[in-house]
Amino acid sequence: MTLLSVTDLKTTYRVGTAPVHAVDGVSLDIAPGETVGLVGESGCGKSTLGKTILRLVEPSAGRIAFDGVDLTTLPQQRLRAYRRRLQMVFQDPFASLNPRQTIGDILLAPLDVHRVGSRADRRQRVSAILSQVGLPEDAVARYPHEFSGGQRQRIGIARALVLGPDLIICDEPVSALDLSVQAQILNLLADIKRDLKLSLLFISHDLSVVRYLSDRVLVMYLGRIVEAGSHEQIWKRPLHPYTRALIDAVPDPARRRYAAPLPGDLPDPRNATKGCRFQPRCPLATELCKQQSPELRSARSGQRVACHHAEIIAVSDPT
Amino acid sequence: MASLLDVRDLTIAFPSATPVRNLSFSLAPAETLAIVGESGSGKSLTALALMRLLPGTARIVSGRVRLRDDELLALPEIEMRRRRGRDIAMIFQEPMTSLNPVLTIGRQVTEVLQVHRGLSKAQARREAAELLDLVRIPNPERCLDDHPHRLSGGMRQRVMIAIAAACRPKILIADEPTTALDVTIQAQVLELLDRLRRELSLSLLLITHDLGLVGQWADRVVVMYAGRKVEEAPPGILFERPLHPYTHGLLAASPRLHENLHYRSARLSEIPGNIASATTQAGCPFAPRCPNRLALCRTNVPHERDAAIGRRVACHVDLTEPSRGLPHDAAVSY
Repeated sequence: MTLLSVTDLKTTYRVGTAPVHAVDGVSLDIAPGETVGLVGESGCGKSTLGKTILRLVEPSAGRIAFDGVDLTTLPQQRLRAYRRRLQMVFQDPFASLNPRQTIGDILLAPLDVHRVGSRADRRQRVSAILSQVGLPEDAVARYPHEFSGGQRQRIGIARALVLGPDLIICDEPVSALDLSVQAQILNLLADIKRDLKLSLLFISHDLSVVRYLSDRVLVMYLGRIVEAGSHEQIWKRPLHPYTRALIDAVPDPARRRYAAPLPGDLPDPRNATKGCRFQPRCPLATELCKQQSPELRSARSGQRVACHHAEIIAVSDPT
Repeated sequence: MASLLDVRDLTIAFPSATPVRNLSFSLAPAETLAIVGESGSGKSLTALALMRLLPGTARIVSGRVRLRDDELLALPEIEMRRRRGRDIAMIFQEPMTSLNPVLTIGRQVTEVLQVHRGLSKAQARREAAELLDLVRIPNPERCLDDHPHRLSGGMRQRVMIAIAAACRPKILIADEPTTALDVTIQAQVLELLDRLRRELSLSLLLITHDLGLVGQWADRVVVMYAGRKVEEAPPGILFERPLHPYTHGLLAASPRLHENLHYRSARLSEIPGNIASATTQAGCPFAPRCPNRLALCRTNVPHERDAAIGRRVACHVDLTEPSRGLPHDAAVSY
C-alpha cells in the first residue's frame, strides 16, 4: 500500500528563454509510516521536487497521487483539503516564521484556515502541540526572535503537525542548526513520526543524517534519481559512482574511502548533455555513457541504480 | 618544535559581552591546527583578532599574539598592513561575498602582488596565472579576464586561496573554508589547502564547526565552547577518548560517527539545552548543560590543565579513567 505515489514527475523552470528541467522524470512511492530520504547537492532539484509534490510549484508533467487521489489535476479549492494531510518543514528557521506574529498566531493560522473545531478547541490543540515538540506553554504569547535556532525549528515542526497530517516533507530541517542541536531535532522527528505514525520525505544534502532517519534512500543528481535502496544498502553497498563520492565526502577518519575526491563541478542544468548526466565527473565513464542516458533499473534485492557500469562496482565490492 | 605563532591569554570584549576569554594556543611551522566550535564559540573572532581585523566595537582586553619574535598586537597599523598577506593571510567562508563582483579575477589577484611584492603589471599578471594554475583552476589565462559571477562556488574559493597564497604567507587562516560549498567540492578544496601547506610549507589554522573534517585534516584540535578552550588534543585521541563532557557530547550527538545507529532502534545522544551565551556567567560555561556537573562548576571556572602528553582539558571533573569518555556508550537503545 502506498500513501504517496509520484510517477514520472517533471518540473520545468524558465530561465530567460531556455527551459531548465529541475525535476526530470522522477518516480517515487512512500508507504504509510515510512521515511524516505532524498539526498543530493545544491541544484539537483531535491527542494523543487518537495515543493512540486505539495504543488507549491506546478509540475509540467507527471502524476502525484496521494491516498489514491490525483493531486496534479485537482483545482486549488479542493487541493486545500489535501494540504491538511500533507505538510512541510523548511530549512531556515529564521526566514520561515513571520517575525511579527506570536507563536500562538503562527500555530492557530492553519487551524483557522481549515476551520478546525471551536476557538477553545483550537487553543487547546496549540498547547498540546507545543508540549509535544518540547516547547514551554508560555511560548504562545512570544515572538520568533525570542527563540534560538533549534527552538524555532521546533516551532516550524509544530506548525506542520498542528493539522494532524499524514505526510510531512522536511526540506533540510537540520542543516542550519549547530551539531549539538541537530541531534535534538532529529530525535524529535523520530519521536513524532513513531507516535503519530507519520510518513516523512526527508530532504538533505547530508547522507549521514539521511541514513540515520530514513527507511529508504533516494539519491538525486541533476533532476533525476540515480540510485534508490534501503538505508543499509545505500550506505554500505552503494552502486552508483555518485553515491560513493557522496559517502566519501562525508569526512570521517575511521572509514575506508572509495576513491580520490570527485573532480569538477556540478554542471549547469541548462546545458544538459545527451548521455549520462554524471558522465563528465565519473571515473567509470565510457563512450556508452556519453551516448546513452542510463535508466533506473533493478540491480540487487530492491536496490535500483541508473548506471551502465553498476556491475563493475558490484563486483569490486570488497565486502 | 619551536612554535611559529603563539597566542597567550587572549581576551576579546564587546561593550556588552566577552566572546573570547583567556585563550591560549600555539601553531608550529607547517602544522595544521583546527579550532572547532559551534556558533557563538568565539572561533571566528579569534581568527579576526590574529589578523587585527576585529570590528570597531570589539576590544582586545588582554593577551599576546607572537609571530616568531614580533608581537603582532603591538605593531603600528601601517606595519601590520604589511604583514597581512605576507606573514599571515586569511580566507573566509563565503567565496561569493569575499570577491569584488565588479572587478575581474585578474585585477583582484594581481593587486596583492603589486602592493606587497612591488611587481609590475605584466609580471603580476604572469605570476597571477601561475597562482591560478597552482590552485588547479583550468585555463588560468582565460580565468584572469572573467568576473567572479562566471565561476562556481568551488572555483571562487580557489581564487580566494590563490590570493591568500600570493605572497607566500607563513600562516594561512581558513575560516569555515568549505561550509558554503557542496560536499563533493569540499573534499577538493581541503585537499588543495593541504597540498599548499606541504608545498609552500605554511601553517594552516583551520576554523570549523565540522568535527569530521578535523579528524581528516588536522594535526591538532582546539575545541572551544562559549569563548573558552575546553580541550586540546590530536584528533585521533580526541575522537577515541574525549576528556571534556562537551567534546564527548558533540561526538556522541554526531550521526556521522555512529554508522550503525538508526532511528527505528536507537536515539541519538543529545546535549540538552542551547549554547550558552558568552556573557557574564560565573563558573564553567558548559555547566548548565553538563551531565557531570558538580557544585564547584557553578562558581569556579576550571583552569586548563595538562591531562596527558599533548592533551589539555579545562574541566573540574577528572575524566581520564577509561570507563568514561567513550562516545559509543552514550547512545542508548530503547
